[in-house]
Amino acid sequence: MLSRKRNLIPFVFLILLFVATITAEWWLPVSPSVMDSGLRLMAPSSENWFGTDHFGRDLFGQTIVAARVSLLVGFTVALLSTVLGTITGLLAGYYKRLDSIIMRIIDGMLAFPSLLLALALVAALGGSVTNIIIALTFSFWPVITRVVRSSVLQVKTIQYVEAAKTSGVKDPVILARYILPNILSPIIVQGTFIFARSILAEAALSFLGVGVEPSIPTWGNMLQESQIYITLAPWFSIFPGIFIVMTVLALNLLGDGLRDAFDPYAKGKKKARKRLFKQKKQYAS
Amino acid sequence: MLEINNLKAYIDTPDGIVKAVDGVSFSIKAGETIGIVGESGSGKSVLAHSLMQLNPKPPVFYPQGEILFEGKNLLQLKEKELRKIRGNEIAMVYQDPMSSLNPVLKIGDQLMEAILTHNPMTKSEARQRAIELLTDVGIPDPKKRLNAYPHQFSGGMRQRVLIAIALACNPKVLIADEPTTALDVTIQAQILELMKRIQEKYGTAIIIISHDLGVIAQMAEKVLVMYSGRIVEKGNVEEIFYQTAMPYTWSLLRSLPRIDSEAHERLLSIEGQPPNLMNPPSGCNFHPRCPFATEQCKLVDPELTERSADHAAACILSEAEFEEAKKRIETKDQERGQGHD
Repeated sequence: MLSRKRNLIPFVFLILLFVATITAEWWLPVSPSVMDSGLRLMAPSSENWFGTDHFGRDLFGQTIVAARVSLLVGFTVALLSTVLGTITGLLAGYYKRLDSIIMRIIDGMLAFPSLLLALALVAALGGSVTNIIIALTFSFWPVITRVVRSSVLQVKTIQYVEAAKTSGVKDPVILARYILPNILSPIIVQGTFIFARSILAEAALSFLGVGVEPSIPTWGNMLQESQIYITLAPWFSIFPGIFIVMTVLALNLLGDGLRDAFDPYAKGKKKARKRLFKQKKQYAS
Repeated sequence: MLEINNLKAYIDTPDGIVKAVDGVSFSIKAGETIGIVGESGSGKSVLAHSLMQLNPKPPVFYPQGEILFEGKNLLQLKEKELRKIRGNEIAMVYQDPMSSLNPVLKIGDQLMEAILTHNPMTKSEARQRAIELLTDVGIPDPKKRLNAYPHQFSGGMRQRVLIAIALACNPKVLIADEPTTALDVTIQAQILELMKRIQEKYGTAIIIISHDLGVIAQMAEKVLVMYSGRIVEKGNVEEIFYQTAMPYTWSLLRSLPRIDSEAHERLLSIEGQPPNLMNPPSGCNFHPRCPFATEQCKLVDPELTERSADHAAACILSEAEFEEAKKRIETKDQERGQGHD
């Protein structure tokens, strides 16, 4: 999958961002937490690459460090909602009786726009990284449940599942060894998209002031603080914004790439199209 | 060993109750082979699945009858006890070898799973047994093949693996639901040959379900002919094929292409469609399609009656009447010319 350039670039970007944010303390030229009243709202320069904020802190460092919370929230939410969604989806898809119970609850949760649901939950629980993770997991796992359930319904009717039942294999084993491995690809793809969506959601919640505590730098918090300076110091908003866009774009491209890699038809189509194109060229010349 | 008494399996659908299996009785002894024939929708597969209690419940329910396996009525066993029987005592080989193996597990893992589910063994013992089984079903280089994935096997090879899986625990009964339908003729012959050899080696009772009369003739000793959920004729192969006593069986046999037929001869078919099992026709289920049908047939639903020892048919015509009617139709066909329209 990584052999294709379109997939390699977002992958490399995400890895670089991850490594950079983890090791930020060691290599950042200017510490992002040092305030300097003489350097307030300075434009980007060779010293402060992304400029400075209203306390005179270095914005480049802040943007890099802020990626920690975004990636942490994104990854944890993606992981938790995938695990939860897979379990509920497997149960709902496999056991007819549980299906109607689980799916009605899921339908009820899906009736709320996910951001609104997360907003209400964070408002109720209070803003902190843990609570954001809980709220976002809660609003995203129904999506996974739906995807998993529909895949299970499909795979369940294939004869090898019945054949396994015929040879007396127990239900948990059938679920774990015969059904789950055969539906992994849509789960992984959906998980990547959840990753991207929860980074966006975390930024939105922080921007709205119900997210992570303002003392912790996150892209959403930075955007929120920068609002009033947008005409005075546009770089304050632009750089965190660009990072959000790039990260989400990279994750979505990665998800697309994964989907193509898992879907034999998509690959075949592309190759077939290329072949057709070549033939046309040959005939034209 | 396996005895089915007046088994009924109905399907509860939103439009009404479908009588998929409607009062079927037969029994099978160790080492015996029974063939079940019938066209699509005659209830063969529902019957086969009933024997293993694999029909989804609901919508399928069993209003009457019993399936006695070594004295135990399978209809009354709990799921846990059934699991001990499935694969261990009664095993099944499926129609489509292409989709009956899990594509993400190695052949060896799937074989060992079947072995370990029912036998307390170590992994290496199970591995040994798996190699034995693959050798038994004629897969070359079994040790190496254990690590292969299903997609690396051809259809015939996969069917061999499936048979190996079915044999994993030395089952007493093997149900083969159209085991050769998806295979080409040469492979078909090999697989049937293999099943016969296995039967001789282990004394397995085989129930073979097919719509291919050739397969049945080659494999089975006894034949059950099913039509709209019922057995309409049963007997030994010779009796079924040479002393047919039921118009449906006769029509089935007549619709077979013959190797000695003229090049331009049309194939004969049975007119019409199998009856709607939700509201079957009055009287004999076959009368709307039966070339011998009389007014009487619309009223009387014939029971399965003995014609000779072990040979029974469900038709109101006596043997003499049936012979006469057959002759009449055959001469009519000939009068209409060689064409058999």
